[in-house]
Amino acid sequence: MEELHEEKQGKAKKERTPMPEQPAEERIKNFSEVALGYSKEDALAEASRCLSCKDPKCVEGCPVNVDIPGFIKLVSEENFEEAIEKIKATNTLPAICGRVCPQETQCEALCVLGKKGQPVAIGRLERFCADYEREKGVKDPEAMTPTGKKVAVVGSGPAGLTAAADLAKLGHKVTIFESLHKAGGVLSYGIPEFRLPKEIVRQELEYIKKLGVEVKPNYIIGRIKTLDELCDDFDAVFLGTGAGLPNFMGIEGENLNGVYSANEFLTRVNLMKAYDPEYDTMVRHGKHVLVVGGGNVAMDAARSALRLGAEEVSIVYRRGEDEMPARREEIEHAKEEGIIFRLLTNPVHILGDEKFNVTGVECIKMELGEADKSGRRSPVPVEGSEFLVPADVVVIAIGTSPNPIIFKGSEGLEQNKRGTVVADEETGATSKCGVFAGGDVVTGAATVISAMGAGKKSAKAIDEYLKEK
Amino acid sequence: MAYKILEKEEIAPSVHRMIIDAPDIAKAAKAGQFIILRIDERGERVPLTIADFEKETGKVAIIFQEMGKSTKQLAKLSAGDFLEDFVGPLGNPADVRKLGTVILVGGGVGVAPIYPQAKAYRSAGNKVISIIGARNKDLLLLEEEMREASSELYIATDDGSKGQHGFVTDILKKILDSGEKVARVVIVGPPIMMKVGTGVASPYDVEIIVSLNSIMVDGTGMCGGCRVMVDGETKFTCIDGPEFDARKVDFVQLMNRLAMYRGEEAKAVEKYEEECRCGLH
Ligand SMILES: Cc1cc2nc3c(=O)[nH]c(=O)nc-3n(C[C@H](O)[C@H](O)[C@H](O)COP(=O)(O)OP(=O)(O)OC[C@H]3O[C@@H](n4cnc5c(N)ncnc54)[C@H](O)[C@@H]3O)c2cc1C
Ligand SMILES: Cc1cc2nc3c(=O)[nH]c(=O)nc-3n(C[C@H](O)[C@H](O)[C@H](O)COP(=O)(O)OP(=O)(O)OC[C@H]3O[C@@H](n4cnc5c(N)ncnc54)[C@H](O)[C@@H]3O)c2cc1C
Ligand code: SF4
Ligand code: SF4
Ligand code: FES
Repeated sequence: MEELHEEKQGKAKKERTPMPEQPAEERIKNFSEVALGYSKEDALAEASRCLSCKDPKCVEGCPVNVDIPGFIKLVSEENFEEAIEKIKATNTLPAICGRVCPQETQCEALCVLGKKGQPVAIGRLERFCADYEREKGVKDPEAMTPTGKKVAVVGSGPAGLTAAADLAKLGHKVTIFESLHKAGGVLSYGIPEFRLPKEIVRQELEYIKKLGVEVKPNYIIGRIKTLDELCDDFDAVFLGTGAGLPNFMGIEGENLNGVYSANEFLTRVNLMKAYDPEYDTMVRHGKHVLVVGGGNVAMDAARSALRLGAEEVSIVYRRGEDEMPARREEIEHAKEEGIIFRLLTNPVHILGDEKFNVTGVECIKMELGEADKSGRRSPVPVEGSEFLVPADVVVIAIGTSPNPIIFKGSEGLEQNKRGTVVADEETGATSKCGVFAGGDVVTGAATVISAMGAGKKSAKAIDEYLKEK
Repeated sequence: MAYKILEKEEIAPSVHRMIIDAPDIAKAAKAGQFIILRIDERGERVPLTIADFEKETGKVAIIFQEMGKSTKQLAKLSAGDFLEDFVGPLGNPADVRKLGTVILVGGGVGVAPIYPQAKAYRSAGNKVISIIGARNKDLLLLEEEMREASSELYIATDDGSKGQHGFVTDILKKILDSGEKVARVVIVGPPIMMKVGTGVASPYDVEIIVSLNSIMVDGTGMCGGCRVMVDGETKFTCIDGPEFDARKVDFVQLMNRLAMYRGEEAKAVEKYEEECRCGLH
């Protein structure tokens, strides 16, 4: 079958079409986007690689089941308008997902072309379609018939935004409550400009407002109003409050000046633009920066520190590169930019001077032991292998727990040990009547697309709940 | 989203009181809580204690001292202007209960946060002994308000220009020594004052509470910038506090962390004042 396709299309290209990028030596001096996006020719070339499989495995790999062969076929026919419509039928934020989805473990991981060579660059094509639409100008949504029902959405990350958009399209009156001064969740405060331009997030928000959704920033549920009060005021509530409480390691010296959680460092840099001298935001510009962790958050912190002017940035991770949870592309980009990877290494102690400023980190070498329950081999310290890494800024990116304030003053919302909200996988229904939840607050730190998927499922379930109510 | 400044008054040299139209916050606020404001899109997030609030009118009062760039810029705004952001109430409310006799100690601009607490402790049925202080009589805040809110009021100034010559902590010691049965001492002010006050009260059989002012960004537990050591454990001031058992607080670390951006702050003020001279602001 595959062979046949290749014959039909003549010499199908084995290699995927490269993504035009800012060269590494340039981009480390600015915060502009690294990947520049496909040109029309690039997109057509890449689309022609897709075999339009009858039983497309790629679709199963996508958490929201985008009709991948469908939209790629439209791209190859240069029908970009319909291509984006097809994507948007299941994915409300394609400009964002095309940029930040871990495609190599999702859609692209299952693409048949990946078995022998390189999979189709599905994410890049998705981004191309979304950017094409944005440049043309997105059509204003049509007016809905109001149902008279009111839904509160708490949190404006991808889960909340998706739920709000879908509910508004069904005619419900939606209000989003967001505790920060800007909406977008991690898309606004966490993921840096050079990976996800904030202008894109802003335009997505504009679109959602045009659907009639009201966004209230500076509004903390659990402080201004409790969840219980919200339940009284609205017909249903969706919780998309994310997992934003930073974990620390509990090692000596962690409170020294110059030691940041990734959240603080990235919030100062992204949301509050500390890199722009026109802003009042303070952040330490380190010469020698050490970042602890191996996920996207660690990569983002390291690359941001580099762009703030650091001479040397290293990432310390206790397992090997293959175990790093970050997107492949981010690891590659970080390496190209000169970030040093100290793998199988763990910090044991942070050192400081008499003025309470961090001066370095004592690390220890690790080796991989037996595989644990999750199948990952767990690292164990190599005795006597301690060594010192000088550092004037240290960023801790070892994970987060659910934001805690939402639980204040409300009753009947079941949480599990890790602090996440217990919710039905299919509907997001929680133990509290009329309250649904999805995204990181349920799963713990995960991905943009899975948060969106959860927002979508909940919107559907909330709509059904409201019909019965 | 913008929040209107309804009133503004300089109540002591470089200390200002502002009243903001923020009905949602006024409705939810309790003594001991704070807000975070941002003057404009490029501004820092500045935490300030809620100095007073009126549920009926939706007014929230803040009192701030000009310290660095943000508070100096804030001081230039007047009634009718708008703040870009004003979020709260943040932090846990003060643990106000009927305890018997409570001593409230406020120094400098720390008198501002003490005032709503004095009212709250009083209406909970406590005898409220307040001790307020400042460097000199011109800098003394809210004397009349505090007199009205307290059962007894004592004043100390560093230079002796009003009340007792010396520190609020001297008066605190005298009252504790007098044998009056005191259930709790609440101290709010510069960290050094809270540290000294805690030292003074520690030997007595009395609960001591301080309200900490760590550097903050979000105020919702998301950044960890506000972390403090309490009883050997890292706590977040914004969600675990701001009130803590004073005997367990590592004040030295608190003071060290507050100095985090001192160099940059000085430069920011210099740049701002230069721009002001050039008529840019
Ligand atoms: C630095 C960084 C990089 C990442 N990179 C990637 C990536 O490349 N690809 C990927 O797929 N995923 C990535 N992720 C993960 C992804 O961003 C998250 O999984 C996703 O954003 C979760 O969405 P959410 O809607 O559940 O929550 P969030 O995006 O966390 O949004 C929650 C929102 O709720 C608000 N909130 C919380 N409590 C309250 C309250 N009580 N009242 C009102 N509002 C409240 C918060 O302020 C926040 O805005 C990254 C995460 C980080 C931190
Ligand atoms: C919970 C809380 C309640 C407070 N209540 C009051 C109040 O009622 N009245 C009042 O005058 N002040 C109060 N403060 C202190 C006030 O927030 C700072 O004075 C203000 O942020 C200084 O900003 P600046 O730019 O003018 O000065 P800067 O030059 O930036 O700083 C001067 C000093 O203020 C402190 N500071 C700086 N940035 C922050 C920050 N983001 N958060 C906290 N402290 C910071 C540091 O110690 C610094 O050295 C409170 C602080 C906290 C955390
Ligand atoms: S949404 Fe993400 S996983 Fe799904 S097709 Fe697009 S890039 Fe792949
Ligand atoms: S993207 Fe890959 S798996 Fe999906 S239809 Fe095309 S060739 Fe087949
Ligand atoms: S201010 Fe960010 S966690 Fe407390």
